[in-house]
Amino acid sequence: MTTLDIKADATPSVRRPTPVVALLRHTRYVLAGNLVTAVAFGLFAIIVLLAIIGPWIAPYNPTATNTTIALQAPSAAHWFGTDNLGRDVLSRVLVATRLDFIIAISSVALVFALGGIAGIAAGYFGGWTDRIISRLSDTIMAFPIFVLAMGIVAALGNSVTNIVIATAIVNFPLYARIARGEANVRRNAGFVQAAKLSGNSTPRILFGQILPNIMPIMMVQMSLTMGYAILNAAGLSFVGLGVRPPTPEWGIMVAEGASYIITGEWWMALFPGAALMIAVFTFNLLGDGLRDIVDPQRRT
Amino acid sequence: MTAPIHDQPPLLDIRDLTVEFATRRGTVTAVSAIDISVAKGETVGIVGESGSGKSVTSYAVMRILDRAGRIAGGTITFSGIDLSAATERSMRDFRGREISMIFQNPRAALNPIRKVGHQIEDILRQHVQASSMDVLEKAIDILKQVRIARPEERYNAYPFELSGGMCQRIVIALALACQPQLLIADEPTTGLDVTTQKAVMELVVELTRARGMSTILITHDLGLASTYCDRIVVMEKGRIVETAQSATIFRDPAHPYTRKLVRATPRPGISLRDLLPDDHPQRNMPIPVQAVPEGAPLLEVENLVKEYPRQQSGPKPGFLKRKTEPLPAFRAVDGISFKVMRGETVGLVGESGCGKSTTSMMVTRLIDTTSGTIRFNGEDIAGIPAAQFTRSPLRRRIQMVFQDPSESLNPRYTAGRAIIDPILRMGETTTDRDALADRCAELARLVGLPADLLDRFPHQLSGGQKARVGIARAIALNPDLVILDEPTAALDVSVQSIVLNLLNDLKAELGMSYLFVSHDLHVVGLLCDRIIVMNTGRIVEQGNAADVLERPTAAYTSELIAAIPHPPV
Amino acid sequence: MRSLGKRLITIVPTLIGVVIVTFLLTRVLPGDTAAYFAGPMASQESIEEIRVSLGLDRPLYEQFVHYIGDLAQGDLGQSLSTGQPVLTEILTRLPASAELTLLGLLFAMVVAIPLGILAAVRQGSIVDHLCRVLTTAGVSLPVFFTGLLFVYLFYYVLNWAPAPFGRIDIFATPPQHITGFYLIDSLITGNFEAFRASFAQIWLPAVTLGIFALAPIARMTRASMIAALSSEFVRTARAGGLSPRKTIITYAFRNAMLPVVTTLGMVFSFLLGANVLVEKVFAWPGIGSFAVEALLVSDFAPVQGFVLTMAILYVVLNLLIDLLYGVIDPRVRIEA
Repeated sequence: MTTLDIKADATPSVRRPTPVVALLRHTRYVLAGNLVTAVAFGLFAIIVLLAIIGPWIAPYNPTATNTTIALQAPSAAHWFGTDNLGRDVLSRVLVATRLDFIIAISSVALVFALGGIAGIAAGYFGGWTDRIISRLSDTIMAFPIFVLAMGIVAALGNSVTNIVIATAIVNFPLYARIARGEANVRRNAGFVQAAKLSGNSTPRILFGQILPNIMPIMMVQMSLTMGYAILNAAGLSFVGLGVRPPTPEWGIMVAEGASYIITGEWWMALFPGAALMIAVFTFNLLGDGLRDIVDPQRRT
Repeated sequence: MTAPIHDQPPLLDIRDLTVEFATRRGTVTAVSAIDISVAKGETVGIVGESGSGKSVTSYAVMRILDRAGRIAGGTITFSGIDLSAATERSMRDFRGREISMIFQNPRAALNPIRKVGHQIEDILRQHVQASSMDVLEKAIDILKQVRIARPEERYNAYPFELSGGMCQRIVIALALACQPQLLIADEPTTGLDVTTQKAVMELVVELTRARGMSTILITHDLGLASTYCDRIVVMEKGRIVETAQSATIFRDPAHPYTRKLVRATPRPGISLRDLLPDDHPQRNMPIPVQAVPEGAPLLEVENLVKEYPRQQSGPKPGFLKRKTEPLPAFRAVDGISFKVMRGETVGLVGESGCGKSTTSMMVTRLIDTTSGTIRFNGEDIAGIPAAQFTRSPLRRRIQMVFQDPSESLNPRYTAGRAIIDPILRMGETTTDRDALADRCAELARLVGLPADLLDRFPHQLSGGQKARVGIARAIALNPDLVILDEPTAALDVSVQSIVLNLLNDLKAELGMSYLFVSHDLHVVGLLCDRIIVMNTGRIVEQGNAADVLERPTAAYTSELIAAIPHPPV
Repeated sequence: MRSLGKRLITIVPTLIGVVIVTFLLTRVLPGDTAAYFAGPMASQESIEEIRVSLGLDRPLYEQFVHYIGDLAQGDLGQSLSTGQPVLTEILTRLPASAELTLLGLLFAMVVAIPLGILAAVRQGSIVDHLCRVLTTAGVSLPVFFTGLLFVYLFYYVLNWAPAPFGRIDIFATPPQHITGFYLIDSLITGNFEAFRASFAQIWLPAVTLGIFALAPIARMTRASMIAALSSEFVRTARAGGLSPRKTIITYAFRNAMLPVVTTLGMVFSFLLGANVLVEKVFAWPGIGSFAVEALLVSDFAPVQGFVLTMAILYVVLNLLIDLLYGVIDPRVRIEA
């Protein structure tokens, strides 16, 4: 009986295949339409590849010193030159990729889990949960980011793990705030009310209804903070915190090259610095590109 | 209403106007080859549903299309000058001084961080209508003309300190400050309460008539347009389908689209079926009559109260002397009692802030009550905390259709997944995949949603389709009581007519009862057996639908009814 | 005025939080604080001695009370490497850091805000693309790396800048101490030679810092200008025939400033951190390089004092930002 006329409703003339195919197709569409994002994806793939195979393709032992060939400018034998101890800069830059990448990934993953869950809980439940988590965030945010990271690593001791922990802590408020804000907006959204009427339990609403809708924003945030995480870690090494020489790491290499730049030996600082810059640049571009892909509103 | 003067050249003459927009999918024609003329002193209504190009037309006249849009052809002649070819610099002298505009959503139309008096002065100074000597005086004078009480004080107010109706008066003041010849009003009362709408429209009519101005009223509401305009232009998908005198348009619509619009406009003295277009299969079917059996009511609300702690206003207590009297809590719902019988549809009507939505949220047990009882089928459910009601066996028997169909669907769920969500959570545990799919298809059929749309995500559906998904979800577990919270407020009028019929048929078929929450008395009158009128948290009147609408006893109800536009039928 | 007092009260809990965190950083976390304070060369007895003298053998709450008492007297401990009280060291070095940071911020705002406005007004133009490239590159540049590149380019290759050591040419005499800002002091005393000499030193590190701060400001200016320009009240202004100048400045820009002012809080957070790195690159005698030097010799009291000072500075800056916001936005002013 109630098969009413539906011609009155303007039907968007888009036909959808399965979601996975749609996502792939959409990704391809975005990449084709946006060269910059495509380049970012390419660079990202190269970084991941180097992080995996870096130690095998490095032409020299990155920590082997040989003072007879110290401070040589780039040449056919040493593409990126040699440092003050005669180590091959190219090999060191390549090998360092893995360490910097691991620091970035693990700190971001840690803060994503902690900040995301805390933020969603604060935003959805409000009240005391919110007050405690917000107060914690506020206190962390009362410190300039890098300064607090310095203080934490200085107190915990110089190690890679502590760099990861410090980076996660200083980024906590960022994630918690975003997750809190998004969860708070959706707390009274129509679809959440409807889910309550449909008999969904609170955990189901949090993880089945709200979390998937916050994911895209968190993903974009994650990609953007990857860049900060690398910068932060490199900055800490640059001031002598965290990674210790002779371990190859971009920040430390720039620091080692710093005193030679005023005498014209630019290659020691330039190549690791450029590697660092490209990595951060890639993550930032990726963040922008990712937003276009995961945002369902902009899918056509 | 004055008859247009035909022997003079028109004040505004739009010929063959075409407006195009550059979009990601190529050029889209928003307005194609339209002709409109407005005589001096005439009021012309442009009526159409969303996407008809009615607002774009007015932006083209003002030449304030956004950067993607352009006038692709035609002329816009305003007192002999072609505006479509005018330079941007000379257009600036026309805007505000010769032609001005008032907008929908008045609060957003004003600069939020500039005093309203200064905003009026900006316009006066721009068009050299006042010098720095007398600009203050003139601005206050204009505030007086739009009936702003205590204008000297309001001059210094910011938009956020004023009510919606007051903001619209300021926007009107801005528009009339420089004595223009033509006023374009773009949905000036959409979003305002019906009594405010009446006051604003009457002010516009009075002020423009006193100045001998011409007016273009752009609206989706055919009733509003025909009440206040001399002539009406009906637009559909960027084209003009009909131009008619407003006195005759309801009686004798010429074009099928106009006929559909006229039909779909709720008005007194018609039935639900009359809303549907002529060729609609449902049109000639009888309206199912559902017997309301005697006996205990399904829902019985007694002395229901909801209080919210009031935000402290004014200076807060100092750090040391913190003892001050706590403010009394704000009573959103102030001790109301009513009943809903089995099989009955009860309308809950009132203006924004009257407490009707709060009431519906309490009855649905989405928010806690402050005091009072809600008896459902004889069982008091007011005491069950909202957070625990999810686990109550009664949960599945009280469902709701939400106001905004887009916002009430999870953007990550397909239509089908959304519909079966209640069954997955509260249905019989034995349901297997096939049974679920069958049930989903059956629900889709019930609400008239094509089965191939079930795999789509909300953003791939139209407003009407989303509304159907929301309804299907609400009826998935055969509830006894469904609360309809302004279910058609976000829909175009032609879609509204279909959804209203659908809701009514479903009720009879499934034997449900409705509590219909709405601001629109006409719509409520069509669907409801009884009507409850609320104002400031209290019930001012309740009774049979016909009685309340035709012989209201409360002064407030009469005021509400009088404020609804009365098109010349 | 009353709202200022009220806002001042709200920073009290934040400051308490800051003090607690700074305290916890040394006392609760793993690692032997006494050994830190004693320095790497200390013997076991001297570590124990320091432990007792610092009160580290007492219960935690007693230590905290003690710490608060010291703070109240302005006692941040002694620097082992310089032998001076940490507070004295920080106060003498603070103007150098402040001058550098503020000049960097000034440079960033002067470039970023007009750039952001232009990019928004002329969307899709060359300026817009330039803005996008600059902002993405700006946030991606490690500030210590940019600094080194600049030193190589402007000192070693072009010789436009002096050697990156300190605030003023070693042969020039610093201006008389009034504000501690060399640029301002030299102007006040009319010592133009000192002004030239100190400007020659400061411009390169300030630009380095500025480029880092530029990106978020320009990005936010552009985004909020675009939002403001497409807002309904700008449409009203245009429909009223207001001039483009009036529309863009009085209507769009003043509203667009609100999110930009909020962003300044984040920018300061970046700047104060980047300041440490830039000071190290340019051997700038500020509190950042003081802390870095102390870190290298495991001299912990200066580091702790530095973290606390930076946090208090940042809290004060955020307070100023809030007040500025209130000046622009009447909604905050009246509700406060």
